[in-house]
Amino acid sequence: MNWTWFHKLGSPKWFYEISSRWLPWLVILTILLLVTGVVWGLAFAPAERFQGNSYRIIFIHVPAAFLAQATYVLMAITGGVGLIWRMKMAELVASCCAPIGASFTLLALLTGAIWGKPTWGAWWVWDARLTSMLILLFLYLGFMALQASIDNMKTAARASAVLALVGLVNIPIIKYSVDWWFTLHQTASIKLTEKPAMPAEMYYPLFICLAGFYCFFTVVLLLRLRTEILHREHKTGWVKALMSNKR
Amino acid sequence: MTEFLSVNQLVCERDERLLFHGLSFTLNSGEILQVTGANGSGKTSLLRILATLTEDYEGEIKFAGELIQRVLPEYRQQQLYLGHSPGIKGPLTPIENLRWLQGWYQSLSEQAIENALTAVDLYGYEDVPCYSLSAGQQRRVALAQLYLSHQALWILDEPFTAIDQNGVHHLEALLAEQASQGRSIILTTHHQLNVPDGFIKKLDIADYGE
Amino acid sequence: MVSEINAPASTVKPMLVSPGAAVWVTLCRDLRLGFRRQAELINPPLFFLIVVTLFPLGISPDPDFLAKLAPGVIWIAALLATLLAMDSLFRGDYEDGALDLLLVVPQPLFMHVLAKVCAHWLLTGLPLLILAPMLALMLSLPSQAYMTLIASLALGTPLLSLLGAIGAALTVGIRRGGMLLSLLILPLYIPVLLLGTGAVVAASEGLPADGQLLWLAVLLTLGLTLAPFAIAAGLRITASG
Repeated sequence: MNWTWFHKLGSPKWFYEISSRWLPWLVILTILLLVTGVVWGLAFAPAERFQGNSYRIIFIHVPAAFLAQATYVLMAITGGVGLIWRMKMAELVASCCAPIGASFTLLALLTGAIWGKPTWGAWWVWDARLTSMLILLFLYLGFMALQASIDNMKTAARASAVLALVGLVNIPIIKYSVDWWFTLHQTASIKLTEKPAMPAEMYYPLFICLAGFYCFFTVVLLLRLRTEILHREHKTGWVKALMSNKR
Repeated sequence: MTEFLSVNQLVCERDERLLFHGLSFTLNSGEILQVTGANGSGKTSLLRILATLTEDYEGEIKFAGELIQRVLPEYRQQQLYLGHSPGIKGPLTPIENLRWLQGWYQSLSEQAIENALTAVDLYGYEDVPCYSLSAGQQRRVALAQLYLSHQALWILDEPFTAIDQNGVHHLEALLAEQASQGRSIILTTHHQLNVPDGFIKKLDIADYGE
Repeated sequence: MVSEINAPASTVKPMLVSPGAAVWVTLCRDLRLGFRRQAELINPPLFFLIVVTLFPLGISPDPDFLAKLAPGVIWIAALLATLLAMDSLFRGDYEDGALDLLLVVPQPLFMHVLAKVCAHWLLTGLPLLILAPMLALMLSLPSQAYMTLIASLALGTPLLSLLGAIGAALTVGIRRGGMLLSLLILPLYIPVLLLGTGAVVAASEGLPADGQLLWLAVLLTLGLTLAPFAIAAGLRITASG
């Protein structure tokens, strides 16, 4: 198998150049998907039988919750790759993922709370999903706190990668234990997003929103990565050349 | 014959600052390598790399012709590292300290430990907790390891710190004697080593700086 | 190749130690150090006792109410006591240079790390176990739950020590890393807390608690097999910086 693409991916310079070409297309795609999905979901999809219009928040909540978890997995895997193969780019991706993932988690929590007010009559209910999300937010914050408190960048990246991997092993355990705990204390409630048969008119916009969120994530990640690359490589020849060209 | 230790084109960077590059040397059995250089020039970093405490470097280090990464347990068994802070535990007595410091490598008789303590002038202090010893005396506890060590390579970071003149003479004599018997020693010191010329090699880190 | 290099002629042929014996050295050293620092030894159980005392004072001394609260209170207090003791696991060794020596021993590092965690648990976790029945009495926990409480703590506190040691290893190079350590590790403690209190609650209601205890045992096995590697990796990373 040809591994050159893998090594190329490890080169910040190559990545910076190729991502400049991808970025405009991705931005256009993101805007298209998000606008279509959100408008369709909020304005045209039919109201839900039991919850009325308040269910419409799932078009934001579900993609945010999806991304919150996917980002953690990506963060842990790239952190692990950086740890094992000493790949600079992988370390960068892991550290750039954290604030984005934390934001998505916060968004999922906020939309969950907003949905909870009309449905449960309270802003916060110790629902299994919300609790798991809250713990996920703590994991993100721990990762960021550790990274921020180690001065040496290499050490910071590697130490937080170990933490992310430990977290990755723990996430399913946390999730199952919280679910189990919740069934023990369960009070009657409607679950967010658990509908056995959701009509297609609701599914399609949800999928479009989900795709839009993934694209949005990629765009934000690329932007962060590019800034971070410039910051870390500011001593190298190609960054200096780039900067003097712009001036 | 393969060299005991050969270092080839070593590059070390700390916090985006290049400490040294292209650093190469060989060390045979029975040689003393004195590493010199200004404060912050990377002496300790070099010693920590050689002691396998960090893998943050580029270049090759070969032990008996093999890359040290491949023979790590054997290499570690053959090296004795004595850093800036020698890891002496205050609540433990000198005997107890030596027992664990060397206990990871060999089992020692009470008699051997007492002899070593006598050799560093700590006779009579065997059962005193180390926190009540002076800085120099604590340092001597760590140095007593040299009289017990079977390791073929000693890596000593500033071994003369806090040692009085008499102790320095003893230590120099020990280093010269051990080198003549085939032990290899790498040390950093600002001190003018009073050791017969045949054994000693010098390495100035400044030669490999930016 | 390496064996061709002979040790200097003068030295007597050394009696090399087996890995097991070397790890035993680490365990004994840490235990001995712990017993020499008796003031530090009584801190975790004392903390445990005082925190538990705060609950009846701060909430209500009503026995029925306390009985309901007891499993959670005892478990949370045990968790915090373990966590507070965690910071000292590697810090002393880091500050006096002993950690550097530990990192270059010929034996696999994870074995030594496991020995250190064991010693640490014997010094800080075991006293909590001994104290727990007395506190359960003070909080009027139903007597049928005592055995389950002790069993859950016996399975849970070593797990807390193992997880905490990962955090201790990652924060050892950081000045005042104690607070950060709590931030990193507390979320990971949640499953242990849920299972531990779940077991005691079930037992105090007269229900079987085997399920929770077995889950704790599973997690402990998982922790014993995986955590030492994470701790060792963490130590190598932070100590090499």
